[in-house]
Amino acid sequence: MKQVTITVNGTEYTKEVEPRLLLSDFLRHELGLTGTHVGCEHGVCGACTIMFDSESARSCLTFAVQADGHEITTVEGLAPDKDNLHPLQQAFWEAHGLQCGYCTPGILMSMIPFLKQNPNPTEDEIRHALSGNLCRCTGYQHIVDAVKLASEKMK
Amino acid sequence: MKPASFDYYAPNTIEEVLDLKHQHGDDAKFLAGGQSLVPAMNFRIVQPSALIDLNRVNELSFIKEDKNVIRVGAMARERHLEFDSSIKKYTPLLHEAVPFIAHPQIRNRGTIGGSIVNADPAAELPVLMIALNARLKAKNKNAERWIDAKDFFAGMFTTALKPDEVLVEIELPFAEKNTGWSFMEVAPRSGDYAMMGVATLVTLDKNKKCKFAKLVYLNAGDGPVDAIEASQSLIGETINDKLIESVASHASEKEINPFGNIHASIDFQRHLAKVLTQKTLKQALERVSK
Repeated sequence: MKQVTITVNGTEYTKEVEPRLLLSDFLRHELGLTGTHVGCEHGVCGACTIMFDSESARSCLTFAVQADGHEITTVEGLAPDKDNLHPLQQAFWEAHGLQCGYCTPGILMSMIPFLKQNPNPTEDEIRHALSGNLCRCTGYQHIVDAVKLASEKMK
Repeated sequence: MKPASFDYYAPNTIEEVLDLKHQHGDDAKFLAGGQSLVPAMNFRIVQPSALIDLNRVNELSFIKEDKNVIRVGAMARERHLEFDSSIKKYTPLLHEAVPFIAHPQIRNRGTIGGSIVNADPAAELPVLMIALNARLKAKNKNAERWIDAKDFFAGMFTTALKPDEVLVEIELPFAEKNTGWSFMEVAPRSGDYAMMGVATLVTLDKNKKCKFAKLVYLNAGDGPVDAIEASQSLIGETINDKLIESVASHASEKEINPFGNIHASIDFQRHLAKVLTQKTLKQALERVSK
């Protein structure tokens, strides 16, 4: 067992973990932050995407021990408080950017850094940026609309 | 999903890394970006008894200009290569190709050294190392040596590294003057493994005749495939459509050896190679600075 101290959504957690514990399982089972979803667990589907020191990354392809001393942001860290959504979440609500919602947290955590780097994305750029996240419900059209709407809201 | 248990080491210096590797030998695997190793561990395809995590070895993550080369630490992230201004200026082929590697979420973690050492025949970086005539610096506890990229890749997921060595640095020569470049690949969806891809370089002399050419293919054999005969046949010639057609035919029919897979038959891979060879040669020629 190794002791790790990881800051998640601004709160510092110190835990004893096995080295083989994936960061995705650490977030879900050790911290109870089940907003980070687990799909394929080999880096393809994007459902487990989180931000590792402000950059999007697959939490299923990182061991929790590697996050020792680092800052992680999950979907639970987006909304400013219980009554208000983050503008990106609000845009997904308004543009019907989700159906079953399983892929949504990973998409949100991919789009935050994307919109930061590309505040005025074209539809092509949005579609390209979404290619690392699989959605089996929507056909992506409303997700693209939601990201476009979010880019306007976040200006 | 649970990988098998392993001992975990997170050294801070290259010296500690080499000591650990010396102690544990081939039973210990290096953990670089983990974007290929961790999936394989999740499936228990690989079950190393120890992992030596290189992510805290800060001295391995540089990208810097040094006279007429760019030196890149083995732990430089693919995402950093993508946005590095020296790489864009002096090795434009690499700059063009990096965004084809998986997705930003993967490139944020994936490293140049990890991808090279993994030696996946379908990966972009091994192909680029050969196309760019890179040199790779390996170190063990007692010595270091430089290995030419063309001698580094020894088959499917196999390299010239010895069990006690670690790749520490990649040296990339600046592109020569009057060199055009082009990288293209075809994948079922953006970010997927490509069915075929090619890195192409063409250098022209004062009389617009070809003095150097390189065509290196991915997913076309058991490692990066350097079509030496095809590129050789361009040298000394004024490149026209007819020559491009014959070079593309030769490379795609005689020099590559694709295996085919569920996404593409061997014939289709050869077809893609031919089309991509033609397209990249034309684009590279257009880009040769006047």
